[in-house]
Amino acid sequence: MARPVPGDLFLGAISRVGKTRLTTKIAILLLARQTVYGGDKVDLTLVPSIFAPESVPAHSILHLANFVLAITGGIFVLVTTLLVYAVVRFRRRANDDGIEPAQIYGSGPVESAWTIVPGLIVVVLALTTARVIHEIQDARQPAGAVEVQVVGHQWWWEIRYPKLGIVAANELHVPVSRGDVRRPTFLELLSADVVHSFWVPRLAGKTDLIPNRTNSMWIEPERVGLFLGQCAKYCGTQHAKMLLRVYVETPEDFDRWVKAQEKTAESDPAEATGRLVFEKTACINCHVVKGTVANGRFGPDLTHLMSRDTLAAGAMTNSPQNLRAWIKAPDQFKPGALMPAMNLKDADLDQLVAYLSTLK
Amino acid sequence: MNGTAKLNELSGAVPSSLVVVPNNSVLEQIHAWLVTVDHKKLGLMYIIYGLFFFVVAGIEAALIRIQLAVPNNHFLTPQFFNQLFTMHGTTMVFLVGMPLIFGFANYLVPLVIGARDLAFPRLNAFGFWLSVFGGLLLYFSFIGGEGMSGAGSAPDVGWFAYAPLTGKAFSKGHSTDYWTLGILVGGFGSIATATNIITTILCMRCPGMTMTKLPLVAWLNLIMCGQVLVTISPLTAAQIMLLLDRFVGSHFFDTQAGGSATLWMHFFWIFGHPEVYILVIPAFAIASEVIPVFSRKAIFGYPVMVGATIAIAFVSMSVWAHHMFTIGMTSTGNTFFVVSTMLISIPTGIKIFNWLGTMWGGKLRFDTPMLFSIAFVFHLLIMGLTGVMLAAAPFNWQLNDSYFVVAHFHYVLVGAIVFMIFAGVYYWFPKATGRLLNDRLGKWHFWLFLIGFHLTFDTMHLPGVLGMPRRIYTYEAGRGWETLNFISTVGAAVQAAAVLTFVWNILISLRQGRRAGADPWDAWTLEWSTSSPPPEYNFAEIPTVRSRRPLWDIKHPTDPDWKYE
Repeated sequence: MARPVPGDLFLGAISRVGKTRLTTKIAILLLARQTVYGGDKVDLTLVPSIFAPESVPAHSILHLANFVLAITGGIFVLVTTLLVYAVVRFRRRANDDGIEPAQIYGSGPVESAWTIVPGLIVVVLALTTARVIHEIQDARQPAGAVEVQVVGHQWWWEIRYPKLGIVAANELHVPVSRGDVRRPTFLELLSADVVHSFWVPRLAGKTDLIPNRTNSMWIEPERVGLFLGQCAKYCGTQHAKMLLRVYVETPEDFDRWVKAQEKTAESDPAEATGRLVFEKTACINCHVVKGTVANGRFGPDLTHLMSRDTLAAGAMTNSPQNLRAWIKAPDQFKPGALMPAMNLKDADLDQLVAYLSTLK
Repeated sequence: MNGTAKLNELSGAVPSSLVVVPNNSVLEQIHAWLVTVDHKKLGLMYIIYGLFFFVVAGIEAALIRIQLAVPNNHFLTPQFFNQLFTMHGTTMVFLVGMPLIFGFANYLVPLVIGARDLAFPRLNAFGFWLSVFGGLLLYFSFIGGEGMSGAGSAPDVGWFAYAPLTGKAFSKGHSTDYWTLGILVGGFGSIATATNIITTILCMRCPGMTMTKLPLVAWLNLIMCGQVLVTISPLTAAQIMLLLDRFVGSHFFDTQAGGSATLWMHFFWIFGHPEVYILVIPAFAIASEVIPVFSRKAIFGYPVMVGATIAIAFVSMSVWAHHMFTIGMTSTGNTFFVVSTMLISIPTGIKIFNWLGTMWGGKLRFDTPMLFSIAFVFHLLIMGLTGVMLAAAPFNWQLNDSYFVVAHFHYVLVGAIVFMIFAGVYYWFPKATGRLLNDRLGKWHFWLFLIGFHLTFDTMHLPGVLGMPRRIYTYEAGRGWETLNFISTVGAAVQAAAVLTFVWNILISLRQGRRAGADPWDAWTLEWSTSSPPPEYNFAEIPTVRSRRPLWDIKHPTDPDWKYE
């Protein structure tokens, strides 16, 4: 357990001012000004603001952030006032007599004061910060936690639930923590190629996915909904289109999703030709469809492709038209994407898309 | 007193027997510049080199801002965008920042310490030409990056080039090789010049100039050069390891074969963080000359200013992993770097307060150098405070790699360093050329740049807070980022207008600027005691000093500084 440190008092004070009230005020300041963001189109729940946390570690970070902002804000006001005062008060006047002002070479007491006071502020800030680091980083994994492995790839996310035997991609589903039922999700972060970074601002700070290294982080969302994020560490050409979606669901919805994902692909006999195209093409070298010969690991698992809202790590919404266009020319949507164009005939492409559309 | 009398004579004419009549043919002049070992010419060439690449990097930044002005923009291809931010960052640090600070150090150090040149003039020329060669290697990648087999391409690995993105597997062709070699070669130039400046300051001060009477501009450059020696070395080592990985198949950073990605990060940032101070301490140095002169007061707390700078230099070597709070260090490791990083704010705060103390009770003259310096103090305050936010590791887990960080370090590199480079150019241009820059255009330059700077970089903090990562070539609409990005781009256009004003000012002032005379600002350090521009040998007779402000002593014989220091 963390021993109480002076910083607690400040954090506590801020919490008492109103955990939600202060947060909400800042959230309103930063979020409600829709005009700033570009009109009415903006769905505020999809703005990934760090000032609108919906998960335990993100809340802890915001408390610390508010505390740091309060102190730095105070210093800013004080020093800026002094600077403006000095500039106005000590400007050379029009009727200046041309005599040099009194030369002052320094002052021990004054200089000691502006060394010691900032020193004390640093002590308080450092202790407070250390406490929050400990609180987030050294948190124990409770029994009911969901375990997820996230593997970064150029440029998509492989999402595995080792205990549930599920493999998904780009869209992470987790249960909500409500009341007494705490169900945080603990993430193990790995990389298949270069360094990536997992960042969903409303749920937690970011942690890097580094090849040859296992990192971990956790989230504990307290509200159902969709939370957006994306890769935060530059990872090559399509870093910008390595988007991440986290669906926080009620325990019932989450269990239903798990059930659906556990199944192998149910292929519709009507689309047997499409399946044949799929199995005869190089698709199977990079993709998995459980229950077929496709067992490649370079690309996302497609067993439940149609259960996802987006394609190509969030580059486009998942619709048969987009899917067809994507398979035809991946480079048009994500120039540099590692998926090659297969140069299929139009008829084959139609059948392939029809088959993939059955992978619910 | 004897030294005072000698200084008085110096401000007069130089004995005609010592004047060398230059040959004026253009070729002869170019030749003279190319083969020169004169610290003033080399200093000016460093500065011209830096300002040239400043414009190049500015154009790269403008293209980046145009691409990001609106969501889903197709102005640039993703790869070209990635090359641009890589080249912009690398250029600003290695081909703009380093040459400019070395240019000022080269030009000023011998003059302010009453010496005739640097200790090793030929080594100085060697260092300069190595830097130029490094810059050319880097830019040659645009045409030679893919060798004979392609149209060529610049590196697209980011300016800190995280492994394994730089490995052969992920960075094909030769663009990364040019990046590595360019920095490696330029780094040797930096080490040569730093050694030279350190030796000069330690061994060639004029009689009477003890270390406690050394002008701050020399003190701070001495500290900066010490940092260069310590921190360029790990960078050089890392670049050699990367070259070995790429050419002979070693596995330092090759994660596919058991190498370590974090090893590169440690090597790079133990250079990269002190590098920020290598660039900003010379900015502090310029401020420590300009603010007293235009406040008409001695610097407040000289010993503390020196001590604080040494403290910054030392502590800055133990903070590098605050760039790596997100890599999954232990909580103890994170806490260590939180504490060390926050400690830096104490000496930095001291410096801000001491500049304020210098202005306090003065008679401020708002010539262009002073305007830039006041803005610099304000920006230093803000970047220090956002730095404290970033130092709080958990807050950093949100802010790191977001546009907040981009805004923060542009406050450092533009708000502090570029502002003080401008201040330095306005302040010493008359010394170097004999003519003053136009003050009216200077004020246009200042206000345009200030407005553009704040439009771009103040707003840039916010998309970061709203979850926008850095280095993305485009973004979707509807995340709350578009208006803010558009404002940033508008600000970039205003900054471009300011820089054009500056370039225009230099061009016309070189021809028509008001004659400066030896001492246009009524200043106090030795460079103002010789003619403008100074003769090749700087001082006909080596001066003798008794205080930190030798010219103050001459101008106020009844109330000289040495009585109080």
